[in-house]
Amino acid sequence: MELIVALGIGVLTGSGVWLLLRPRTFQVIIGLSLLSYAVNLFIFSTGGLRTGQPPILPQGGAGNLLEYADPLPQALVLTAIVIGFATTALFLVVLLASRGLTGTDHVDGRERDR
Amino acid sequence: MTNWTDHLVIAPIVLPLLAGTVLVLLSERRRKLRAGIALASAVMLLAVAIVLVGVADSPGDAVRVYRLGNWPSFFAIVLVLDRLSAMMVALVAVLGLAALVFSLARWQGAGAHFHPLLQFQLMGLNGAFLTGDLFNLFVFFEVMLAASYGLALHGSGPARVRAGLHYIAVNLVASLLFLIGVSVLYGVGGTLSMADLAMRIPAVAAEDRALVEAGAAVLGLAFLVKAAMWPLGFWLPGTYAAAGAPSAAVLSILSKVGICAILRLWLMLFGDGAAHSAGFGGTWLMAGGLATIAFGSIAVLATQDFSRLAGASVLVSSGTLLAAIGAGLPGVTAGALYYLVSSVLAIGAFFLLVELVERGREVGADVLAVTREAFGTQREETDPEDMQAVDAPIPGAMAVLGGAFLCCALLLAGLPPLSGFLAKFAILAPLLAAASGGLPPLTWLLLAALILSGLATLIALLRAGIEAFWTSPPTSPPRVAALEAGPIVALLALALGLTVLGGPAMQYMSETASALHAPRSYIEGVLPSSGAPAERSP
Repeated sequence: MELIVALGIGVLTGSGVWLLLRPRTFQVIIGLSLLSYAVNLFIFSTGGLRTGQPPILPQGGAGNLLEYADPLPQALVLTAIVIGFATTALFLVVLLASRGLTGTDHVDGRERDR
Repeated sequence: MTNWTDHLVIAPIVLPLLAGTVLVLLSERRRKLRAGIALASAVMLLAVAIVLVGVADSPGDAVRVYRLGNWPSFFAIVLVLDRLSAMMVALVAVLGLAALVFSLARWQGAGAHFHPLLQFQLMGLNGAFLTGDLFNLFVFFEVMLAASYGLALHGSGPARVRAGLHYIAVNLVASLLFLIGVSVLYGVGGTLSMADLAMRIPAVAAEDRALVEAGAAVLGLAFLVKAAMWPLGFWLPGTYAAAGAPSAAVLSILSKVGICAILRLWLMLFGDGAAHSAGFGGTWLMAGGLATIAFGSIAVLATQDFSRLAGASVLVSSGTLLAAIGAGLPGVTAGALYYLVSSVLAIGAFFLLVELVERGREVGADVLAVTREAFGTQREETDPEDMQAVDAPIPGAMAVLGGAFLCCALLLAGLPPLSGFLAKFAILAPLLAAASGGLPPLTWLLLAALILSGLATLIALLRAGIEAFWTSPPTSPPRVAALEAGPIVALLALALGLTVLGGPAMQYMSETASALHAPRSYIEGVLPSSGAPAERSP
């Protein structure tokens, strides 16, 4: 399972970085989204990857931590998703404003001279 | 939690949050009410900040800890008031008030929602300085950045949107790096509380140490993007130059957030107590700071444009701070903190000043007119009212502007008699005193860089000043409202006060620096009986 998650994060990050460095604003925003998925998966995996384990300890007993899922990274991921979603939406608005004002979707607001 | 000052710690976050929320709900047409609420909030914030500085500076090194929800510190998100956070909150309040008063003259009308954005900006800044939890720091960073995107774009127009696009993209990537760094640290250390993390890092197993250092480095990278260290700071001059004057003045303290975060975290996590990881990255900070000073100085010399000049001097100040912090000596850190206060005041005043000087040169406020047009037509009907506010030229406007420009130049270049000189002296003197034998080469480089960057700034500002005030003076004296000149004069007066009260101020800084270099009291303040869970107060 670790291998699959690691590969997933790697592929998402690689594609995200490549798209981020492209000259079109739409590619940049998709790249940012992919990168944020990769980061969210990464945060999620820092708590350890376990399936079918409860995140809450039973009352009274101090259980073995290896048998429980860490709930904190899941809470962090939720926060990161919300914030990432909001900032991406904001970026989208600026992107549209730039398209409207400059008439091009190049990130510099003008096509490169050839 | 019985003393009222204990609860005051959260006021710098709650106050702007409430004011901002109310301002969002109020209709744009009720401009007097909106301005009144924003002003009241900013003034109260300043009062709270002054009280907090007094509280933090009480004898004894106890830090004030505010546990949200009154959970034990091991689980709670804490706000921590120490000398550094109190000082930075006070700086934010001063700069926020100055920018707000400046904007009342005309900038508040250049687009929608200036007031709520400014309030949320202040809230994010205060939160980022006060919080004692890494993930909470991320959240406040995002609040601050989201508001800063709005402020940078305030007034709209192609130039701002283009610069804003780059600014947002760079900062989104930096936020992702921030998240990666935080989660690596959490994965290894098992906690997000800065104090707890500092306790656990020395005990990290040898095979995990590389992971901790990698996580910290990625986290540091996110802060350094904010602090605009070369080569991560190319976005800064363009964005700040494009932003409107009050926005740019507030944005200029954003770069100091990154620097303060590095200062606190680096000294806490990799201070002398960190066993094998002690001093990790210090050389990089120093070298990066030096490169930033060099790049900033060249940028200062290369530019003719006033706003870009101000942006480039932000780079120089960032570089100076990073290099001085990287030296890792308490005396030098104290000097750097003094420099930080002085340069924040000077750069804030300079950004406000730039707009007034440019306005005089380009007969009429054409920039503003263009941006209004681009923003939309629904604000047309309010224009005459706006213009009336500006139509009160004060006599000798040019003299005030010239005097303010001279003060800014002296402060930025670090010449006597103002605090810029004292600050550089306070950095250099302990640096020379520390090395009794031969100075290490990096220290020589820092000495040279500090002095040469002052020279470069001086040359550039002199050239620009001669051009603006003597060679081609404006055909008609610029119309400057008292509301606009006031904040500039006030900021510079504060810098003057910092010079006159240099002794007490330096005393405060050196106590701050020694507390930062020996974070024992901070850690014990947050985790009362280190090792055992904190008892829950009733």
